[in-house]
Amino acid sequence: MSLLEIKNAHLKLDDKNILNGVSLSVNKGEVHAIMGPNGSGKSTLSYMLAGRDGYELEEGEILLDGISLSEMEADERARSGLFLAFQYPVELPGVGGMSFLREAVNSRRKFLGEEELDHLAFVKEARKEASKMYVKDEMLKRAVNVGFSGGEKKRFEILQMAMLKPKVSILDETDSGLDVDALKIVSDGVNAQRNNDNAIVVITHYQRLLDHIVPDFVHILSDGVIIKSGGPELALEVEKNGYSGLINAA
Amino acid sequence: MVATQETIDKVKEVASSYKYGFVTELEAEKAPLGLSEDIVKFISKKKKEPQWLLDWRLKAYKKWLAMDEPNWAMVNFPKIDFQDIYYYSAPKAKPKLNSLDEVDPELLKTYEKLGIPIKEQEVLAGVAVDYVFDSVSVATTFREKLADKGIIFCPISEAVQNHPDLVKKYIGSVIPISDNYYAALNSAVFTDGSFVYVPKGVKCPMELSTYFRINEQNSGQFERTLIIVEDNAYVSYLEGCTAPQRDENQLHAAVVELVAMDDSEIKYSTVQNWYPGDKDGKGGIYNFVTKRGNCLGKRSKVSWTQVETGSAITWKYPSCVLRGDESVGEFYSVAVANNAQQADTGTKMIHIGKNTKSTIISKGISAGKAQNTYRGQVQIQKNAKGSRNFTQCDSLLIGDQCGAHTVPYINQHTPSARVEHEATTSKISEDQLFYCLQRGLNTEQATSLIVNGFCKEVMKELPMEFAVEAQKLIGISLEGSVG
Ligand SMILES: Nc1ncnc2c1ncn2[C@@H]1O[C@H](COP(=O)(O)OP(=O)(O)O)[C@@H](O)[C@H]1O
Ligand SMILES: [Mg+2]
Repeated sequence: MSLLEIKNAHLKLDDKNILNGVSLSVNKGEVHAIMGPNGSGKSTLSYMLAGRDGYELEEGEILLDGISLSEMEADERARSGLFLAFQYPVELPGVGGMSFLREAVNSRRKFLGEEELDHLAFVKEARKEASKMYVKDEMLKRAVNVGFSGGEKKRFEILQMAMLKPKVSILDETDSGLDVDALKIVSDGVNAQRNNDNAIVVITHYQRLLDHIVPDFVHILSDGVIIKSGGPELALEVEKNGYSGLINAA
Repeated sequence: MVATQETIDKVKEVASSYKYGFVTELEAEKAPLGLSEDIVKFISKKKKEPQWLLDWRLKAYKKWLAMDEPNWAMVNFPKIDFQDIYYYSAPKAKPKLNSLDEVDPELLKTYEKLGIPIKEQEVLAGVAVDYVFDSVSVATTFREKLADKGIIFCPISEAVQNHPDLVKKYIGSVIPISDNYYAALNSAVFTDGSFVYVPKGVKCPMELSTYFRINEQNSGQFERTLIIVEDNAYVSYLEGCTAPQRDENQLHAAVVELVAMDDSEIKYSTVQNWYPGDKDGKGGIYNFVTKRGNCLGKRSKVSWTQVETGSAITWKYPSCVLRGDESVGEFYSVAVANNAQQADTGTKMIHIGKNTKSTIISKGISAGKAQNTYRGQVQIQKNAKGSRNFTQCDSLLIGDQCGAHTVPYINQHTPSARVEHEATTSKISEDQLFYCLQRGLNTEQATSLIVNGFCKEVMKELPMEFAVEAQKLIGISLEGSVG
């Protein structure tokens, strides 16, 4: 059974068809890349999966570990193990990074029937994971995403992913706005979390991220449908010929 | 020196149970309904007060008779019948219930969320309990420790007996009896409250809170507090309680006066959570309070921090009169109004001395159909050269049926002074909510987190334990307002 199953997903925004029958199966231990030009519906797909208000399916079905997500609110999906690293992480003025992480982790633990971590144990764990992402203590004291640089925002997203240990992670343009060094840190962080029980869906416009996070499968999204799927070599084809060649061929 | 947590807990346990009554030898007497000169005399006599205080009360009563209720605040309520109030009654035992099963389940849920122990829940909710106070000695020890340093901390009625000179000198010196309608009323009929005196050079070693104020009866609806801090002295005073308090008295009109001498500092923190009434505001408390600090001394400082979540109507403007040169006034406020609550609150900073400084940080949160008004006056008088004020006034709206209003009054009579005013109004954005939900927080957690973030600058001014409770409280008061 797939860990994440998207069946024939249709979605409209403002009466405009954005997703036009996306289907995708992601198994445990796999990394999938979804590539596509701007406006092809990549972020819409990720919001739909995460259960954002207004992104309800018109038609189709999504299953996480065999359980239908359609009736679940966003928070329930998250606690069930679905994580979205945002293309544009949102600022939360006055909300300290450490407290935010703790609330999130404890919500997930509670859902899993695990005990909440006590304060000290939590801080220790958070610092350990943070240092791997080159996130300094000082940054965790600051308000979530407020005044963070592009790189800091993305590192903080991946830190949250590391702390939450989701079943399925969707990374929406996690490479955008990153310089070479930051790209390496973020990719190492993601790779460290690859294991046989989880799955990662990397959404990206560019091939360069896939040099660092090497996917098992690559899918090309265009106008809200997957027009082609293949192995990592498909990303190289995009790199060489651009999207237009593939889209025209489809 | 800081008291250990254990001691604090113990004192709270002992003192708070005490505070909520069930002292046995209560006089079962009550003044007749309504207000008259005779009632004022009755109160004074009951309290065995000296003639000067009776005269003072009577003068206040006469002034009050000639005054009209203020109508400038943005609050609406049916006219209060002042002849339909009992102005003196021996501390009332609350309506007795036989067990927690008889208590409003909504109230119980709130207690649970606040983590209030069962025993305390029973007391708060007015269940008949028969606790034996095996030890008030912990609290007595505190009082002795304070006395060692020359600090007086006692009910004001006791201070009238034991320190009449101090009371006579300062009562009404900050808030004159004719200051406003409710202050005049309070002056005529106040029943009790706190008295604090910190002598020269003494830094009060612990936060004084009403929890510690033992040997005292319920001070009722007309509370009067007087705090005097001499040269180079310091005190931090905590008022209030996070547990929702029910009270049969609908009208509360307290007066708090602070006097700060040279180089002294008074930090006054309040968490107010009176019963707000039901969803339509029925049965809620009217909280009409006058609070003012007089920075008499050079370089003196008065700092007000308040978290206001309760009451059906709040009318409250803790203020500072900056008389001493280089004196400092601060006002940090969070006012939450949900459902049908109405809050009209703010501050006055009156700059009289040279190089005086004031800071105002006000955070208003409105949800449901609530109306939340910030009303602030900054007055820089002629001689207040080089004075400064900074005001930041932020409003957060939750939903689209509530309102936030900012009414600043700025009177500047000195060109060398600087007055800055910043105001923002924001809503909790959908992006913020979704981001939090995507991390597994439910809507209520998310709202509470965002709201507490919004209030952070104020919350960090509160003493630690108070801040934690206040934070929970804000979350609870906003429950059900989103989603
Ligand atoms: N709220 C919205 N209402 C209407 N159209 C939208 C909305 N959000 C996005 N779109 C449109 O949906 C399409 C896909 O957008 P998006 O998913 O952000 O693409 P990508 O992430 O692939 O760049 C675009 O044409 C965009 O203009
Ligand atoms: Mg996008």
